[in-house]
Amino acid sequence: MSEAILTATGVSKHFGGLTAVDNVDFAVYPGEVVALLGDNGAGKSTLIKCISGVYRPESGRVIFNGSDITHQPPADIRSRGIETIYQDLALAENLDVGANVFLGKEVTRRLFGLLPVTDDSYMRQEASGVLDELDIHIPSLTQKLVNLSGGQRQAVAIARAMYWNAQLVIMDEPTAALGVPEQRKVLALIRSLREGNIPVILISHTMHDVMAVADRMVIMRRGRVVANIARAEASEEIIVRHIVGSAENGENAVMI
Amino acid sequence: MAVSAASDKSKRQPLVNARFVEFLTKSWSYLFLLGLVVFFSLTGTGFFSVRNFSSILTTSTLIMLMSIGQTYVVITAGIDLSIGWTVGLSSVTTARVMRDLAAGGADVEYAMLAGVFAGLLVALIPGLVNGLLVARVKVPPFIATLGMFGIVRGAAFLLTDGQQVVRGLSAELREALRGIGNGSLLYHIPDHGLVWFRQPPDLEPTQIRQVSQLLPYPVLITALVVIVFAFILARTKFGRHTYVIGGSEEAARRSGINVDRHLIIIYVICGFTAGIAGVLHLFRFTAGAPQAGEAALLSSVAAVVIGGTNLFGGEGDIMGAVVGSLIIAVLQTGLVILNIDSIWQFIVVGVVIIIAVLVNQLQSALERLQSNV
Repeated sequence: MSEAILTATGVSKHFGGLTAVDNVDFAVYPGEVVALLGDNGAGKSTLIKCISGVYRPESGRVIFNGSDITHQPPADIRSRGIETIYQDLALAENLDVGANVFLGKEVTRRLFGLLPVTDDSYMRQEASGVLDELDIHIPSLTQKLVNLSGGQRQAVAIARAMYWNAQLVIMDEPTAALGVPEQRKVLALIRSLREGNIPVILISHTMHDVMAVADRMVIMRRGRVVANIARAEASEEIIVRHIVGSAENGENAVMI
Repeated sequence: MAVSAASDKSKRQPLVNARFVEFLTKSWSYLFLLGLVVFFSLTGTGFFSVRNFSSILTTSTLIMLMSIGQTYVVITAGIDLSIGWTVGLSSVTTARVMRDLAAGGADVEYAMLAGVFAGLLVALIPGLVNGLLVARVKVPPFIATLGMFGIVRGAAFLLTDGQQVVRGLSAELREALRGIGNGSLLYHIPDHGLVWFRQPPDLEPTQIRQVSQLLPYPVLITALVVIVFAFILARTKFGRHTYVIGGSEEAARRSGINVDRHLIIIYVICGFTAGIAGVLHLFRFTAGAPQAGEAALLSSVAAVVIGGTNLFGGEGDIMGAVVGSLIIAVLQTGLVILNIDSIWQFIVVGVVIIIAVLVNQLQSALERLQSNV
């Protein structure tokens, strides 16, 4: 396996007396989909937030693309290429696809060589380009997002990450609010990210999603990483046993 | 693998013709305005005349100016209840500064300029405080601006020592104010034809009654403000960010937009357009009055809503507010011309507001229906 693109070593985060993340080592390699699994309160979200800069870990280091990003502000980490797509997607649903891909980074042109106005047709065109790359079809680029399906909106969030050269995409429960056909589309999108050599960290409760797209499963329990299983060696049963903790005596754990 | 959620849907026939529904929901207020004008023109004598139209436009400027700033605020899912009194504060401040400077021996022109400047500046203060409260202290806009409603009202009356108007404006000053507030860039006078800038002083009383103001200054000033703020909202990055904040404040923050600063600027804009309204009110009526914008506050909100701006934020435009203001002004004048008690105006405007909200809901319902078929 090639060099890791992201390495977290010995990361710990406490909230008062509670140890949310306890001396965790975690790595992501180019072009892989890593599923981060665990029960509620296992520390998945906290670990992710330590990586994306939302939380400052008390100990440990996070290295991304060779540089230390521990304790950097979230905006800096984002501009280095780690894009987190939260469940609420952070989209402006009252605006169209172009506006959303360029949210907060609108492109302007000079009207009469003087007045700076938003260049909507350029933004739409660029958005359409990245949607094509992802093989996503949206009927009309001038449609407001509120008129699109949940899966299409997820696609827009991913397209935005892609357009701004995300080098690592973190997705928090991307299929949670979707119907089955929409879930399939999102999984397809995750695969196309992998095909584009962009690694994905996927937080999910849905075993089916994980089995469908993940190359590797990292399972957390009570703030620690308890298992790290390659897809080939995983089964739903093994994963569930790690999540609930009944595999800890070791007979079924397949550590790599 | 093709991820095409819509392709399988769009092949089905939509329940309602989408384009038609969109046309109707987007432009019903324009059609309604047109209908009102036609109706009053057919039924009321003297309604259909240049003179009356120019008077309606002049009447509408107060509400229109207030509704411009209000549109920005409402698009961010806020509301500004204080601007009615901001109009008064600005009117009173302008009047006092002019009066005191003129009384102190300053040129009328200089006194007027300084007064206008002071009136516009003072209007920014409640806007700034509203913005700080909403953006930084996270006070709900309704509460913050309701508090400011009382504060500004008190401040305006303190400046008139509790009187209904600022007393003591010199005749010369009032004449100069009237020249702009009741003046026009272009007049049409029977037997004289078109006259620029100033009504000839030697007109017979019968002629004066037939003078038409083709381009009244208050209307020109308001039109300029409309154009500037409509442009900013529709075309610039600032305008786009206003819609983003209205759509999702969280999304705006995560995308790096300085939401707090943006909201503060928007409440300042809202104070500013109310300030212009206050200054113009003084020019038109030559009396600084604390309660100048009191009744216009709810009309300005009504104009915004009638114009299709969504009170939950994220949707709307300045042209909508302009049409909404015109509908209210046409109703006010038209009912008077038909000799219907002006109290009916409140009832009719109330009904129109409710229709506006219903149309808005119908629109979203149909959009949902179409995207979920």
